[in-house]
Amino acid sequence: IYLLKMNKYNTHTHTHIYMIYDYISNSASFCLPNHSTTVRRPFPLSHGTTTLGFIFQGGVIAAADTRASAGGLVACPAVHKITPIHSHLVVTSSGSGADCMLWERILTREIRLYQLRHRRRLSIRGTAKLLSFMLHPFKGTEVCVALTLCGWDKESGPKLIYVCSDGARLQGDIFSVGSGSPYAYGVLDGGLKWSLSKDEAISLAREAVFRATHRDAYSGNNVDLFHITAQGWSQRKREDLKEEYYRDMEKRSKDRRGKIKRE
Amino acid sequence: MFYCVLGFGDPGKMKDYHYTGPVEHKFSPYAFNGGTVLAVAGEDFAIVASDTRLSEGYSIHSRDSPKCYKLTDTTVIGCSGFHGDCLTLTKIIDARLKMYKHSNNKTMTSGAIAAMLSTILYGRRFFPYYVYNIIGGLDEEGKGAVYSFDPVGSYQRDTYKAGGSASAMLQPLLDNQIGFKNMEGVEQVPLTQDKAVQLVKDVFISAAERDVYTGDALRVCIITKEGINEQTIPLRKD
Repeated sequence: IYLLKMNKYNTHTHTHIYMIYDYISNSASFCLPNHSTTVRRPFPLSHGTTTLGFIFQGGVIAAADTRASAGGLVACPAVHKITPIHSHLVVTSSGSGADCMLWERILTREIRLYQLRHRRRLSIRGTAKLLSFMLHPFKGTEVCVALTLCGWDKESGPKLIYVCSDGARLQGDIFSVGSGSPYAYGVLDGGLKWSLSKDEAISLAREAVFRATHRDAYSGNNVDLFHITAQGWSQRKREDLKEEYYRDMEKRSKDRRGKIKRE
Repeated sequence: MFYCVLGFGDPGKMKDYHYTGPVEHKFSPYAFNGGTVLAVAGEDFAIVASDTRLSEGYSIHSRDSPKCYKLTDTTVIGCSGFHGDCLTLTKIIDARLKMYKHSNNKTMTSGAIAAMLSTILYGRRFFPYYVYNIIGGLDEEGKGAVYSFDPVGSYQRDTYKAGGSASAMLQPLLDNQIGFKNMEGVEQVPLTQDKAVQLVKDVFISAAERDVYTGDALRVCIITKEGINEQTIPLRKD
């Protein structure tokens, strides 16, 4: 049980940590792991992904693949890795599927409570800080979340902040997270310019996820794309990367035919 | 195929069958009791099916231990994995259902049960319930709903899902027959209840052929707005 001061000037970070203990202990007897007697788990949990986000002149783009792998098995080929928190914030998740799902749920709850208590929406930077402080007690445990908060603040415009369970909290213009991120970074770094149009940015994001899923075994299936502007987030229809692959093959075979003609 | 066959081993590492010197075995609180669960959602029905074999290592404990548990008039849960955790988890779910009924004066909907189960499982994030759950039932609009879980609470709504020891064998078959995936030029007809039940029976017969932990008998629970209808069909006993 904790005491919550409803004072406008009070920072709630300290009490939030106790709220998390409370929340989880309310569900069941939650024991923080005791490292000398950690139980070996006989099953693998879902991991492996490619997610990315970047800022350009038209807002923020968030993209992710949709594969959840558990060891060598594709546990689910159609997961939602990008979840909206509120109308101007989406979060891309990477790491352990269950951890991301539950922590996003906790974050959504805290943001909503903040909005109800303080009659204003918490900024993206504030949200990231809150999430980072909530994850801090679990540093060193098996909790594995690497979230990218992509949103639009009324005061400061587009924002992209990376928060992970190791304690990192970084603001930037491009982030890619997950096992497929090196491949995605290559494509993004090569093609990203501030002055891209909306369609060019979307096709760049899709291309980056496609290349990553092509090379990374743990990413694949479909690509989800979200576009965040001052008016809020909008989601593109989920696209099957199999189609993208066949389109790409078509294009390459045309080029090859072209080359042979020239010689 | 399914790493937990070894019980305690590292996933992905092949076991060496030669003398490596004295090894200290630590007590593991988990055991793998086998079993396969399947759920399919139709337009106005849902089917949850499981085999009834309870095994451990090379032995069979019981040939009549079904893994489907009725939660409400419109929801059935299938739990496979470690039988001890399955029993405790279903007890906890039943208790929480009663509490909800007493404080809210209504039965929990399938979606609500799924969300609750997710938080129950995550409450034991650092000493998980070794159970693969699949919930099948009807949602508020009367349409079939299937929710599949991983052992620590990650879940989502599906049209069909297989869980348990033969899941990796059955899921591609379901993808093909119900999801019409990886086929070209096929007419995508919606699944009728009779076709779905026949498909589930065929799928389990195949599973019993190829998976040692699946067999003995098949328990099918068909959930419609009239209620829950249970059928038992014999499978291979070897």
